[in-house]
Amino acid sequence: MIEADSLTKSFGATKALAGVSFSVPAGSILGMLGPNGAGKTTAVRILTTLAIPDDGQAKVAGHDVVAEAAAVRRSIGVTAQDATIDEALTGRQNLVMVGELSGLKRKAAKSRAAELLTRFDLLEAADRVTKGYSGGMRRRLDLAASLVTRPSVLFLDEPTTGLDPTSRLLMWQVIRGLVSEGTTILLTTQYLEEADELADRIVVIDHGTVIAEGTAAELKRQIGGARLSVTLAEPHPRAVAALTGLVDGDVQVSQDGRRLQAAVRSTSGLGTTVVRALDANGVVVDDVEVRPPSLDDVFFSLTGHGALDLEGETCDLQVLEGVS
Amino acid sequence: MLTTTTLAPPSPALTRSGALARLHDVVVLVRRNLIHIAREPLQLSDVTVQPVLFTLLFVYVFGSGVPIHDGSYKDFAIAGLMLLNLTTSAMGTAVGLISDITTGAIDRFCTLPMWRSAVLVGRSLADLLSSALCIAIVAVTGLAIGWRPDASAGSILAGFAIALLFSYALSWACAALGVVSKGPESAQGVGLIILFPLAIVSNAMVPTAGMPGWLQVIANWNPVSSVTAAVRHLFGNPNPSATISAWPMQHPVLAAVAWSALILAVFAPLAAHLFRQKTTG
Ligand SMILES: Nc1ncnc2c1ncn2[C@@H]1O[C@H](COP(=O)(O)OP(=O)(O)OP(=O)(O)O)[C@@H](O)[C@H]1O
Ligand SMILES: [Mg+2]
Repeated sequence: MIEADSLTKSFGATKALAGVSFSVPAGSILGMLGPNGAGKTTAVRILTTLAIPDDGQAKVAGHDVVAEAAAVRRSIGVTAQDATIDEALTGRQNLVMVGELSGLKRKAAKSRAAELLTRFDLLEAADRVTKGYSGGMRRRLDLAASLVTRPSVLFLDEPTTGLDPTSRLLMWQVIRGLVSEGTTILLTTQYLEEADELADRIVVIDHGTVIAEGTAAELKRQIGGARLSVTLAEPHPRAVAALTGLVDGDVQVSQDGRRLQAAVRSTSGLGTTVVRALDANGVVVDDVEVRPPSLDDVFFSLTGHGALDLEGETCDLQVLEGVS
Repeated sequence: MLTTTTLAPPSPALTRSGALARLHDVVVLVRRNLIHIAREPLQLSDVTVQPVLFTLLFVYVFGSGVPIHDGSYKDFAIAGLMLLNLTTSAMGTAVGLISDITTGAIDRFCTLPMWRSAVLVGRSLADLLSSALCIAIVAVTGLAIGWRPDASAGSILAGFAIALLFSYALSWACAALGVVSKGPESAQGVGLIILFPLAIVSNAMVPTAGMPGWLQVIANWNPVSSVTAAVRHLFGNPNPSATISAWPMQHPVLAAVAWSALILAVFAPLAAHLFRQKTTG
């Protein structure tokens, strides 16, 4: 349903996309995962006919995004990263306008708008100017606007960024509902949990290239092993050295010096070994956990930095190599 | 809670083409832009409060100091005030367009199966309607303080029409400016720098005869002067420019139409081209 083939796009010296290929089969949902500036929005803009690739081709619903842009626009719905709702209009006026500009008669556009306002729990606020809407309401209205024409292909660019947990769950529920109705979806996100939760397949992009592709399970298997995290009663200078021999690669230490993380090969009795080694060095342990890798770990091992380098909690983890 | 309804099969009537569909898109966007004008205090005051204020200020402040030979300043000034207001409020087109581009409204439009140029046409027509409101308010204010046209109804209507034609042409020039500007503020700033001198260095508010020689030449060839002179002529109001030998002042109606046509011919395609470029990055 969506096929991207070696898409490239530069803005001046910035290579936003350096040859990105992927495909999304009909009725499935692809999660495009990447940190800030990875090129997600650029890819979405090309696929939704808002930008023209420097090189490469893409087809959406069987139509070329450049040569047959008009046909593509008839098949797609788009929820852009930055809400595109019209602040001077009411919620209802927004939806009616989108319907009319999509070719619906005014009457049909009105009844479709009413249907969507109900579905997205916006009926109460429907006749208020959207300038006063909360972030969650804007996001919902934006998504509603992209569904006016019942598109068979839907692009959602970070649909849950900035939403509170409740709104995020509601959004997930809606997205699942759309997939179950047969809609093909390309969803970009910075949240690994979200991709894990919703996507049939995941592409991980960074610096404009696809660095991994597969189902969540496949990606996790790809890095193998498990994660060890240890919480100390208080920071200790010999803690890292005590662990170095027991883990694969580097030990990451949190800024307060109390949390240590590392990749490990999961072996029987590992927890006991870790605690003994630390104890032998006089380190007091509060908590030890050995768990299967999360997509966060996958991302870290693929890119060398956390998905949320700038805002997430991985930012206070420093990589210390063989410090003693 | 979100209710889950099953989707009906894809709606028909989504394949559209032809002039009728384009007209439909334009009408939808005109309506949308009129809502914007009505809800944005600054834009609304440009075409409602400002015309009244300017009319009163100019007539009562300047009126005493500017002698008009064949009539009163009031009768001289109303046509000029129409052009002054139309010219300075043309900025609204530039500001509105770049706001739509920067806020993402255009991105929404551009993913819809609509006629893209309807964005420009719809804006220019909505601005034309607000221009009509603007000069109607100048006229009503003028009538209230004693301005009287002295011509046939047809001629007076032609006067209004020629002012609006120019204003429409100018809005396409401002559309081009809006598309290339960095943001609403810069559009406003640049627009002011261009439009204010355009409106003032003209015969709109004072006869050009008192200006220094070189400035007179500019003022007499300024499109705003041609249009103002044409409107005065058609309203049957005092028109001191009629004695000036510069070609546009001798043939103000022809010059006004020619200027408007020229501006439209240059800037409508240019604005459309720049807009297309901007929206397919
Ligand atoms: N219009 C533009 N002009 C200049 N540079 C741009 C433009 N659009 C994107 N870029 C650059 O291209 C790169 C990719 O940007 P893009 O918006 O596609 O990333 P993203 O993955 O969507 O990031 P985010 O998670 O922050 O939304 C960035 O370095 C960005 O600065
Ligand atoms: Mg983005």
